Amino acid sequence: MPPTKSEVFEKIRTALVDALGVDDDEVTPEATLVGDLGAESIDFLDIVFRLEKAFDIEIPRSELFPEDILTNAEYVQDGKVTDAGVAELKKRMPFADLSKFESNPVVQDFGNLLTVRDLANYVESKVDAADG
Amino acid sequence: MRWFWIDRFIEFERGKRAAAVKGLALGEEQIDRYMPGFPLMPHSLIVEGFAQTGGIIVSEYHHFQRQVVLAKVAKAVFHDLMLPGDLITYRVKVESLQTDGAVVTGQAHIGERLQAEVELFFAALGPEFSRGELFEPFDFLTMMRLLRLYEVGRQEDGSPLDVPEHMLAAERSVMGPFETPRP
Repeated sequence: MPPTKSEVFEKIRTALVDALGVDDDEVTPEATLVGDLGAESIDFLDIVFRLEKAFDIEIPRSELFPEDILTNAEYVQDGKVTDAGVAELKKRMPFADLSKFESNPVVQDFGNLLTVRDLANYVESKVDAADG
Repeated sequence: MRWFWIDRFIEFERGKRAAAVKGLALGEEQIDRYMPGFPLMPHSLIVEGFAQTGGIIVSEYHHFQRQVVLAKVAKAVFHDLMLPGDLITYRVKVESLQTDGAVVTGQAHIGERLQAEVELFFAALGPEFSRGELFEPFDFLTMMRLLRLYEVGRQEDGSPLDVPEHMLAAERSVMGPFETPRP
């Protein structure tokens, strides 16, 4: 049986508390990983490792953070992601809420997009796929 | 290694676990000015001892062909001091080992006493970060032999650890064909 939403969230909370040294109550669904929880680039690899272990899933590195889009000249103009780029991001990151980013898609702000909820949505999709 | 913070391996099981020891002497430079009048091993260098024990087990798993760096000290708890005359034993266990990184946990004891506990995260750098090899393969192999890695090291099936061919080739080219290879 796949884990419930709250089981997924609790495991993610544990992973983030251990990886980022934050308190339990800081890990809310709305918290952004970079801005609110202080994650740095190396922490993402650490988080991915912990999630893979906790849920027994495989997380392809470019799936959670599709950096290749942000460095592709086809999708970026003057420091902003183009409409085609945003469409590609949406396709690649169906688990993330990109509505806020879409209104002013500055590449630099992208790193601070991902919330704990997005991460939970992503993990749920992986766990469901593994069980299905 | 100009930066030896372990004296030798005493156990080494490929990709799984390792143990190394280090004795602390009063004459060692790093304790001179750390806390004048109270010589002790800086905790940061105890972390380095763990990092070397753990880093070599991760790096050996990649046949020393990827650069493995300590990316993060996820946890470090110290229960006691290490003083001159003490012999510390670092024991590390590989929790997760993948192509791009590894998680290693460790405990250090002085005698029966638990001295420290750590959780370390290593990143294995891809060629895009590499600025060439950190050590010449011959120098590096010499260091590994000094640490007795190939005397105690075992592969998954219990057979002795193999020296990677590229390091042996470097050794042969430096030592010439007449030297008897050491174990």
